[in-house]
Parts: sequence; C-alpha cells; structure tokens
Amino acid sequence: MRDFEYEAPITLAAAIELAGKHNSSARMLAGGTDLIDQVRVGRLAPDMLIDVKKIAELNVLEHSSFGLRLGAAVPCYQVYGHCGIVSDYAALADSCRIIGGVQIQSRASVGGNLCNSGPAADSIPSLIALEAVALIAGPKGRREVAVEDFCTGPGKNVLAAGELLVELKFPARVANSGSHYRRFIPRNEMDIAVVGVGASVVLNDAKDKFVSARISLGAVAPTPLFAKAAGDGLAGQPVNDDSIAKAAAAAKVIAKPITDMRGTAEFRMHITGVLVERALKAAVARAKGEHVDCKVGH
Amino acid sequence: MAKKRVVTTTLNGNQTEFLCEPRQTLLEVLRDNLDLTGTKEGCSNGNCGACTVILNGRPVDSCLVLAVEAEGATLRTIEGVATAAGLDPIQKAFLEGAALQCGICTPGFIMQSEWFLSQNPKPTEDEIRFNLAGNLCRCTGYDKIVRSVQDAATTWQDHYMKNCHEKGCH
Repeated sequence: MRDFEYEAPITLAAAIELAGKHNSSARMLAGGTDLIDQVRVGRLAPDMLIDVKKIAELNVLEHSSFGLRLGAAVPCYQVYGHCGIVSDYAALADSCRIIGGVQIQSRASVGGNLCNSGPAADSIPSLIALEAVALIAGPKGRREVAVEDFCTGPGKNVLAAGELLVELKFPARVANSGSHYRRFIPRNEMDIAVVGVGASVVLNDAKDKFVSARISLGAVAPTPLFAKAAGDGLAGQPVNDDSIAKAAAAAKVIAKPITDMRGTAEFRMHITGVLVERALKAAVARAKGEHVDCKVGH
Repeated sequence: MAKKRVVTTTLNGNQTEFLCEPRQTLLEVLRDNLDLTGTKEGCSNGNCGACTVILNGRPVDSCLVLAVEAEGATLRTIEGVATAAGLDPIQKAFLEGAALQCGICTPGFIMQSEWFLSQNPKPTEDEIRFNLAGNLCRCTGYDKIVRSVQDAATTWQDHYMKNCHEKGCH
C-alpha cells in the first residue's frame, strides 16, 4: 500500500489543524472500510490519514426528547444495537443492518458512509428521509448542511479542504411516525444496492391520513436524491394503495438511472416505483405501531 | 518513508509489541511481522472474511484495519482459539461435520462463528446464515458449515451458555 503518515488526535481542534496542514492530501479515517481499500487500489493517494475515532465529539450517540445526535465515527453495530434508534429512527437501523456483513458493521460508520458519498450508499436515503443535518467543522468554524445537499457527485461532497463531519443531527420524531429503508440486490446480503429507497411518514391520530412524508432514492442518480414533491404530495391524502402508487409515480420522475453491471436504466426505473411503494407501506405499518425487534448487541 | 510505530496490544492473552509502518494492515502485520499465518488473506477488500479476527470484542476484517489502529487493543486470532486442553467446540464441529475442503476460509469462519455463538448461543439457521454473510467459501456450498455451527450450538450448549453468562451477553 502507498506510504502515508498516521495520526490519531484526541481533540477536534487538533484534527482540524492537522487537516489544514496537509490540505487536500489528508483523509479522515473512521471505520476505514471504504478508505483503506481505496488507498490500497490507488483510487485515493493521501499523504496523511487522520484517525478520528478518538475524538469525543465524533463518538456521540445521544437520543433524547430533542432528537438524535449521531457522531460521525459511531459504527453501524452501535446504531442497530440502540433500542431508541430502532424504535424511533427505524430506517437508519434498517440501513446499518445491511451495510456489508457483521465484520464491516463492527467498523463502518454512518458518517463515513455519507462522506464516501457513493450514489448507492445505503445509509444516505435513510438520513434524508429522517431529516438529518450534517454538522461540519473546519478552520473557519462550524456550519450545518442538510444531508440532501451534502453529496455533489459520485464520491464528491460539500466538505472543503480541512473540514470534517462531526455529527449528524436528527429532529425528534413525532407521534404516529414511522420510517423504513429497503434496497434491491440480487443476493440476500453483502451487495451494492441496484436501487435503495428511504421513506418516513407521519400519520394523523386516526392513522388513516398522511400528515407528511419524506421519500429518498439511492443508486438512481450521481447522488442520493430527495424526492420532495413525491413526499409533499402525500400530505393530507388518505393512507391507501392509490395515494401510495401516486407517490411512487411522482418519485420516479426525478430518478435518472444509468445502465451498468448491476442493472439497466429501465429496470432501475421500474424497481424505484416498486420500492417506493413498499418502503412507504412498511413506514406506515411502523407508524401504526408495528413492533420493530431490538436485540441489544446484534 | 513514514516513521515506524511501536504498537502494544494484548494478543491472544499475551502482551505483544510490534513495530509497523502506518500503511501496513493488521493482516499484514499478523502474518508477516508476527508469523501468525493462521489468519488468511483472501480478497483484501472486506468481501470474503478470510482474515476475520476479534478486535476489542468485535469481529473485523483485518485487511481493513491499519495495524497502528490496534494500539492498546485486545486481539484474538485463530491461534488463540484452541487451548492446551484441545480444540474449541466449534473447531471440533467443523472437523466432524467436514465443514471445510481447501481450508483457506476456515479460520475466518471459525472466528466469526465462535464470536457469534458467544453472543447468541441458541441461533436459528437464518441467524447463522445472516451472521456468516461476510464470510465466503468457494468449496463447501455453505450447508456443511451452517450445520456444523448448528451442531456446535446444540452439542455444546452448556459451554456457550456458560461463556455467555461470564461475558454478560443474553
């Protein structure tokens, strides 16, 4: 593997200073499950890896009445092992359970998945559906970016040289809400999404109408997409197959899939509609109180 | 060239120091610096699980860990599984169930299965298969592996339950 330096600062300030010194030749190392492979094959050529796992702010995992704070370095297994996340932010737990196998989940973080900015990243549609905001720190201070505005192209995002993702902030979940993420892959596990869909819904007290909905799509464009109009169109609509099918049709309008080894554009377009319907129905079932099993430590 | 680092770990119960470059993976250091060649290199990109080791109580692909990250860590490799008293139950089950042919994937399967049974001593077949999704075997077709893990769980349930109580799992 390419020669590089390694540092593991314990403060955010030290990490930012190090990143500033090395400018664009430094990369942040969290779980390393994408980064180490990319350096090994030569896709990335950093001179410095900054291990961020010892920085307290990046290990925050705090669920309260104010919402959820998820440090950028928290690994997937801690996300789906957290019963508060499993019950209130179920889509995120769904994503973390299917990113790689158990070995990958021991290390890979949601923050790393976002910063890697892959079009098919499994956690990003869930982050968008759950209204996550990225807290970024850098030499000029802190700023916040909505996750749907974070990725700018395959492997590209809004982080400037010297900046790093600190945490993801999620608003508190309201009553009668539910969320789900699902993807299509030809295998049962360990594969890259052909299409991935995140959905989050809020229902009225009678649970027969949508109050609001957010739908997000992965692997059908250069970046994960927020299907805002499709979700907004559900507000006030009855919960039935017809309204859900209309939302799926509306979501497909913004999909711009390509044909590659994992599927043709035509197939991806079709699957997008199917998955939006299924993700919405599963989110509705959860909003109606369907229990999501939480096994601590699994 | 980046300066070499001294890394101190607890490896299979023994305090172990090694010298490594930042660019060396844990897999490379285990095999090339420490001569612990039981851990195998398969794909080197996190797909096959042949290099699975237990790092601070969690299974990881050692090809996707930098050796310098292991500073202060507790590590367990396939060399630490059998004791002076003999093979671990999961190793016996793999032997008796013929759960291997060429054997390259076996250390990874053993590490992952042993860890899994310590967390979940009474798994369903589905849970076993899900847990082993990150381990590839190109010889056996998986059924004998899954059956061996089931056998280990049934035959040695007392062993795993005891382990489980001691380690505080559920």
